[in-house]
Amino acid sequence: MEDSTSLKQEEENQEGETGGPWEEMTAASSHDPEPKSPEPLEFKQRPETGPQPRSSLPWSPQSRARTPADDLTAPGALPVPAPPQELSSSPPPLDLARQDFATPWPSDKTTSVIPEAGTPHSDRLEQTPDKEESTHQTIQLEGKAFQQSQQPNLHLHGPGHVSYNKSEQKELRFNIFQEEDASSNYDLDQAEPEVSEAAPSMLEIAVQNAKAYLLKTSSKSGLNLYDHLSNLLTKILDERPENAVEIIENISKDVKMARFSKKLDTLQNKNEMLPTYEIAEKQKALFLQGNLEGADQDLEDEIAENPLPNVMESAFYFEQAGVGLGTDETYRIFLALKQLTDTHPIHRCRFWGKILGLEINYIVAEVEFREGEDEEEVEEEDVAEEKDNGESEADEEDNELPKSFYKVPQAVPKEENRTGANKYVYFVCSEPGRPWIKLPSVTPAQIVIARKIKKFFTGRLDAPVVSYPPFPGNESNYLRAQIARISAGTHVSPLGFYQFGEEEGEEEEEVEGGRESFEENSDFEGIPVTDLVESLSNWVHHVQHILPQGRCNWFNPTQKSEEEEEEEDDEKEEEEKGEEPDYVEQEVGPPLLTPISEDLEIQTTPPWSTRLSSNLIPQYAIAVLRSNLWPGAYAFSNGKKFENFYIGWGHKYSPHNYTPPVPPPVYQEYPSGPEITEMDDPSVEEEQIFRAAQEAAALAAEKNEETEDEDEDDDDD
Amino acid sequence: MDSESLLLSLELASGSGQGLSPDRRASLLTSLLLVKRDYRYDRILFWGRILGLVADYYIAQGLTEDQLAPRKTLYSLNCMEWSLLPPATEEMLLQTSVVSGRFMGDPSHEYEHTELQKMNDGDKVFEEEVVIQIKEETRLVSIIDQIDKAVAIIPRGALFKTPFGPTHVNRTFEGLSLSEAKKLSSYFHFKEAVELKNKTLLEKADLDPSLDFMDSLEHDIPRGSWSVQMERGNTLVVLRSLLWPGLTFYHAPCTKNYGYIYVGTGEKNIDLPFML
Repeated sequence: MEDSTSLKQEEENQEGETGGPWEEMTAASSHDPEPKSPEPLEFKQRPETGPQPRSSLPWSPQSRARTPADDLTAPGALPVPAPPQELSSSPPPLDLARQDFATPWPSDKTTSVIPEAGTPHSDRLEQTPDKEESTHQTIQLEGKAFQQSQQPNLHLHGPGHVSYNKSEQKELRFNIFQEEDASSNYDLDQAEPEVSEAAPSMLEIAVQNAKAYLLKTSSKSGLNLYDHLSNLLTKILDERPENAVEIIENISKDVKMARFSKKLDTLQNKNEMLPTYEIAEKQKALFLQGNLEGADQDLEDEIAENPLPNVMESAFYFEQAGVGLGTDETYRIFLALKQLTDTHPIHRCRFWGKILGLEINYIVAEVEFREGEDEEEVEEEDVAEEKDNGESEADEEDNELPKSFYKVPQAVPKEENRTGANKYVYFVCSEPGRPWIKLPSVTPAQIVIARKIKKFFTGRLDAPVVSYPPFPGNESNYLRAQIARISAGTHVSPLGFYQFGEEEGEEEEEVEGGRESFEENSDFEGIPVTDLVESLSNWVHHVQHILPQGRCNWFNPTQKSEEEEEEEDDEKEEEEKGEEPDYVEQEVGPPLLTPISEDLEIQTTPPWSTRLSSNLIPQYAIAVLRSNLWPGAYAFSNGKKFENFYIGWGHKYSPHNYTPPVPPPVYQEYPSGPEITEMDDPSVEEEQIFRAAQEAAALAAEKNEETEDEDEDDDDD
Repeated sequence: MDSESLLLSLELASGSGQGLSPDRRASLLTSLLLVKRDYRYDRILFWGRILGLVADYYIAQGLTEDQLAPRKTLYSLNCMEWSLLPPATEEMLLQTSVVSGRFMGDPSHEYEHTELQKMNDGDKVFEEEVVIQIKEETRLVSIIDQIDKAVAIIPRGALFKTPFGPTHVNRTFEGLSLSEAKKLSSYFHFKEAVELKNKTLLEKADLDPSLDFMDSLEHDIPRGSWSVQMERGNTLVVLRSLLWPGLTFYHAPCTKNYGYIYVGTGEKNIDLPFML
């Protein structure tokens, strides 16, 4: 019964080495009891070659016959992994098993040690329980089966070494690998199998020593090579990787690492993964928000008048163009936008884009509030501005001595909400699910300075912007200014999609440089995609150009300055901007809905690149516009629809490197006059001439007593 | 990024907004496979895209078994037909360093550069303007080489040095742990070490010669030229080079997924010191 099962298994193992899991192998090999194993040839040799000394052992003839044979077969077997090993290893268990109950042998002592030693490995044993039990019914402790592997040695070594073995075995707490054990020992053995017949003890000692050496515990890690090797081989045979010899170092490392990986459980820092859960928790709220409302009756209203843009559709088109965030991230942003539109009185909303920061990125949403529901942060800003003015005045009063000639240039007032650069309100959030934060509206001064600096965003809205010239505000203001600039530069739509509102057109003042409002053209028929690709004149800007002043609609600074009776102010302001002549000339930018073909070139680089999204299937391709001035700004149009999108660092392209503007010339502290002007010392000759002149003059004075003052006047230069 | 896991890689790297259109993706998946077969590469990386004014260059690199051996670079304009680029030489780098501005997208485009050269004519030394013509293909080679040398990176442990010398992919690499992933010292330049030799013995004492055989990013110059971010709630670490904007490295901690992609204009950010 046992034989047949084990035999079967052996067959399996032999037929397909790769197929048989090691458990089966061990089972089969360790319990393979009788010399029926499939290598008859080797068996035949065994009886003759069997070394005599072992006959002293009270083994059954078969087993005796086999053990020595193993010694012989081992050398050949070693290089080939599976079947020979199996063979070589096969006898010990049985022999041992027998021994365990049959022998009144000194090694009883060792067997008595076995149970304790064996227990740690009961899990491994359990893999092969059935056969073991059946094979060695008499053995109560299954654990013994594994210790048996070591016992052959014990027997070999003879009684003299038993005590040593005992101590050895105590060390062998993890010994599970009888095959390895056996084969290695045999290997050593067979170095001189026949010769050693005469002096078995020598051989045994050699083996003993070798093993003792292998079992030496490392002082560093507390491991020993013997255990390690056995673990290593178990692993290899368990997993059967390809080309095991190539990766043996890695496996060895893995085995070592596995020892340490689990034990630290109690010390692991559980906080480490917290942010992961935190954001997941937040995003969960996004996904649940639809369910929370009792939305049935509202649903129709919502669908009818919904400020939420179809982000996914745009994302689909942008994907055709090869830009855009991943589908997954886009969808989360979509949900976050829905949250935004649900919680704010928003008339229109767009996903503007994403600005990369050093630490965190900004996701930017562009919204337009419903009429009359603008949020009330206007006053705060004004207060801040006033504060600034107050401070500067106070300064002037304080320092009496050298009065500063510097006059603070009169601030260009900020544009009203819903006009110019403040036409839309922008919300940012760092990651979908986190709160949306409203950006403050932009002031002209911020735009002017933002043009002169080039800084990375950090990702923290309250971070200071350290730059020259100093930026008025923190990162949120800088971000807002860059958004305004990018929008003005890159938001484009197909020609005819928007038209000027007719009734409003008349109200507009012509002086302001063009009408500033437009509406969607309901008659827009669409432009063929090929035309959009071929000609830039089919695209128009639908966001107002920002003038050098920092406003979209020009503000005449002279009007106010007259009131303040300070004309020099204007000149200084102009000087500082360095872009305008002395007298104030109205700044005019291109009017709204100007074709982008009129955009200025960046040196020799065209400002836009157009592309068809696919050359393979041009029938359904879309037109893609890529801004070269603002790398990261894209627009697409499929003829009827269009969308703009920005993703990047928020910097304008410049073909040359950035040069910070030079500081303004130093103001004069005193009016230059003769008292403080430095002069060359007069040379000897000059002095003599001067003296001669003086004497002459003195003489003359004596005569006339008239013009003494003239000398001093001469010094003036 | 490995061409075999292109789709997953693109998804992971999509946070920078630069992906590939579906038709490009599909053609890459097809053509890179053929390239790998034809050129007999052990592994092929999709390197990225250099945006030109008229057309984009798609770049792939072939690796032999030794991962650190010089990589073969191929480019394509349509993701289907690949052409092999010559290896970069010192001379090329020098020559193309004078070219600035955007790529055109036409490999045969010639940049013109006027240079004053000193001519010796007998005793007289006079300067003469010489117009040098530089092919865009040469510039492409040199830019790719520069980017590779400066910012091509891999996580620590992804490669290992065998005792025989060649460097192999570490099949047991299980990814960086979360805390490691946030440190620049856990990332290496994907090239032969340069700085490592200059380190003192004391600094090298703790290094594992089979893993730490490349330069880490820790001491990159200028300092702060990398932006390290955790995205998707700490499940993805993204490194962006500020020196070569457009290079995105991604790694999902505790997994084997890592790679880098360059999508940009092929221009170095020389303004970096002002921008930090």
